[in-house]
Amino acid sequence: MTELLGVLGRYALKKISSLGRSTIIFLHSIIAIPNLKKSFPLLVNQIYFVGVQSIIIILVSGLFIGMVLGLQGFNILKDFMATGSLGTLVALSIIRELGPVVTALLYAGRAGSALTAEIGQLKASEQLSAMEMMAVDPLRRIIAPRFWAGLISMPILSLLFCLIGIYGGKLVGVDWLGIDDGIFWSGMQASVDVMEDLGPMVIKAAVFGFVCTWIALFNGYDCRPTSEGISRATTATVVQSSLAVLGLDFILTALMF
Amino acid sequence: MKYLKTEIMVGIFMLLGIIAACVLALQVAGLVLNSKAELYTVYAKFENIGSLRLRAPVRIGGVAIGRVTAINLDGESLTPVVSIGIEKKFDKISSESKASIQTSGIIGEQYIAITPGFYDEDLGTTYLKNGDFIADTGSAVILEDLISKFVFNSSQDSSKADESAKSSDTESTKE
Repeated sequence: MTELLGVLGRYALKKISSLGRSTIIFLHSIIAIPNLKKSFPLLVNQIYFVGVQSIIIILVSGLFIGMVLGLQGFNILKDFMATGSLGTLVALSIIRELGPVVTALLYAGRAGSALTAEIGQLKASEQLSAMEMMAVDPLRRIIAPRFWAGLISMPILSLLFCLIGIYGGKLVGVDWLGIDDGIFWSGMQASVDVMEDLGPMVIKAAVFGFVCTWIALFNGYDCRPTSEGISRATTATVVQSSLAVLGLDFILTALMF
Repeated sequence: MKYLKTEIMVGIFMLLGIIAACVLALQVAGLVLNSKAELYTVYAKFENIGSLRLRAPVRIGGVAIGRVTAINLDGESLTPVVSIGIEKKFDKISSESKASIQTSGIIGEQYIAITPGFYDEDLGTTYLKNGDFIADTGSAVILEDLISKFVFNSSQDSSKADESAKSSDTESTKE
């Protein structure tokens, strides 16, 4: 009996203390922003890494998701003689749900895993300890710029995803299947609202960026400094971020729409 | 000053983000920049507003001239009062006009259609101005009511025969 309680207690303490460490890391890294002059080049580098280099995958997947939505939507709406609603269907489903969520999933796979592996490698090769030795705070120098870069990049990536997705839907619906151009856009414009749809989309994307980056950075910073530890941390990053994004998406949708 | 390639790429990235936001707002959401057109408000009492919503368009002959700015319930008569904001440039609308709630398509959004009335100073009609009430209104047509009326009417004749048969059945079971 005591054995069982001990196992349970140790497990709980381990989880809670890791949550505590992640909070400490998070607080340290957001406190680090006032030193803008020094950290700006670092931030630019990180935005280039997590944002600019993710553009291709975001655009390609956005285009195809929009095209698939256009095709499937057309096939179903055709039965109800309501193909004029295709624009509304594509725009709302992309802006409200698919845009931020798929972007976040791709971001977790493309950038989050890379962040974890990079920081884990820094830790395994004891570069983080070396920085501490030189009185350079690794949280400020390594973690903070990556965190802010993720927070800034995700909404932009998500906006790009939505835009290209809607144009993908337009490509299929209007240019290939022959829905009228004016009906497609006017139906969309009548139902999409800047404050009610686009605003929550950007907020969602920012929250996802925050969560994914935080999970990735913490897993890297907290990993066991061996090659196996790094690989486990990378896997954990992708799994945890995906679950967190999907779960949070429901909560945010329930709160905002 | 020379910039690094990274910095330029990040600049392009940011710019792309801003452009995407603008295109989404203007093209997809149909944001109109001069939507702050000056409005004057008239009121209309309806029996039933159906599912009319705030910001629903107000149209004359299909052309949008304003929008619904508020929907309230009159505390005493318990009838809905709809505030209709009409753009200032449409100031030649007769007070004899009729406001009715209509639906675009069979199951589309509801909007207020104003049918212009006659204008004759000798008969005491005026142009609508801020704070006026539109007297002549037509309530929303509620699809469910129509359907139930239709079903009820058409089944009435045939059900009479059924009812008499049923009542005799129930009587026999009671016994």
